[in-house]
Amino acid sequence: MQKGVIGTAHVQIRVLDMDEAVTHYRDRLGLLETDRDSQGRVYLKGWTEADKFSVVLREADEAGMDFMGFKVLNNEVLASLRQDLIDFGCNVEDIPAGELNGCGARVRFDSPTGHMFELFAEKEVVGRATGHRNPDAWPMDLKGMKATRLDHCLLYGDDLDGSLELFRDVLGFWLTEEAMDGDVRIAQFLTTSMKEHEIAFIRSEGKGQFHHASFLLESWEDVLKAADLISMWDISIDIGPTRHGLTHGQTIYFFDPSGNRNETFAGGDWYVPGMPTTTWDAEKLGKAVFYHARELNERFLTVTT
Amino acid sequence: MFHIDVVSSEDKSFECPPEKSLLHGMESQSVKAINVGCRGGGCGFCKIRILDGEFETKKMSIKFITKEEQAEGFALSCRVFPRSDMRVMAVGND
Ligand code: FES
Ligand SMILES: [Fe+2]
Repeated sequence: MQKGVIGTAHVQIRVLDMDEAVTHYRDRLGLLETDRDSQGRVYLKGWTEADKFSVVLREADEAGMDFMGFKVLNNEVLASLRQDLIDFGCNVEDIPAGELNGCGARVRFDSPTGHMFELFAEKEVVGRATGHRNPDAWPMDLKGMKATRLDHCLLYGDDLDGSLELFRDVLGFWLTEEAMDGDVRIAQFLTTSMKEHEIAFIRSEGKGQFHHASFLLESWEDVLKAADLISMWDISIDIGPTRHGLTHGQTIYFFDPSGNRNETFAGGDWYVPGMPTTTWDAEKLGKAVFYHARELNERFLTVTT
Repeated sequence: MFHIDVVSSEDKSFECPPEKSLLHGMESQSVKAINVGCRGGGCGFCKIRILDGEFETKKMSIKFITKEEQAEGFALSCRVFPRSDMRVMAVGND
């Protein structure tokens, strides 16, 4: 049941070298740089996104994800979900407005899989790159893969059941797809919108692992062009272009210069409230993950930051 | 061009120029001696122990190579650039 979470709004990613990371996310993925702050963090967004940023890069001694943020409808929703998170047993921390440039107060919380998340209600609106009055189809000066928006993240962790309770029962996400090994849910895809997933989890032994941040492209043609650019720039490739069975997205995976995995994708399924959850059986997992090869790949399954 | 010996259950070797990381050099010659992950120093998949040789490193994720490990000669081969012939041991993902 919808509880006022609009959806995935931002991710803060740790990088080993900021200059290399900015070249990757801005000039190659094609995000637009919107700000930098006194801590040296760099803010970016996709050209179709109206809010000030969706990706924040922070230089650190390790790669991985600091946190992922979800926007909620308003401050009343923020306050009530904050209490629900405390009642559920999350450790909640209040981050003051302005800690991220242009972002209102954030409620940060931990989770059964060891990842950090946050909710917030307000962020500075800078608008789509084409404007909001008689806009043209796309901006003419886009770079690289022309990523349109941050779409979702996939995270690895151990307690998927606890994570499902948190996201479905406390935060009001719908379970759109799952992969089951008997009674054990080994993958879960969750949304608050018509997107097939705002966030997904895969079961592992560990905690807090970051598998990928995914960016939407306009078409399959653009996914193939992204693949060309990955070769032209000698970007570290993971797998693709191919299609997933889960969500049916057309996709390619690669790594940023610090080893964080990125996905660019197009197409795929959408979700309408009331639709049944789609279930993939463990024996069909090859097809679920890589619809064409129908075979699992060790690196895709096990490499995380 | 430097000669890199990889000591493991099955010994293998490859040639690597100074501007390429060990992992990159290995992949360019289609040798399979060390696990290939992100190629960016972030995932720990390509971990090795350096037994012999001169090298330089780029920043490696401390989640997978602690300062102590680095002092003991452990490294992520995608961030190690040879400056002489080397002998390394594949450690793999732990
Ligand atoms: S391959 Fe990921 S750290 Fe070297
Ligand atoms: Fe994805």
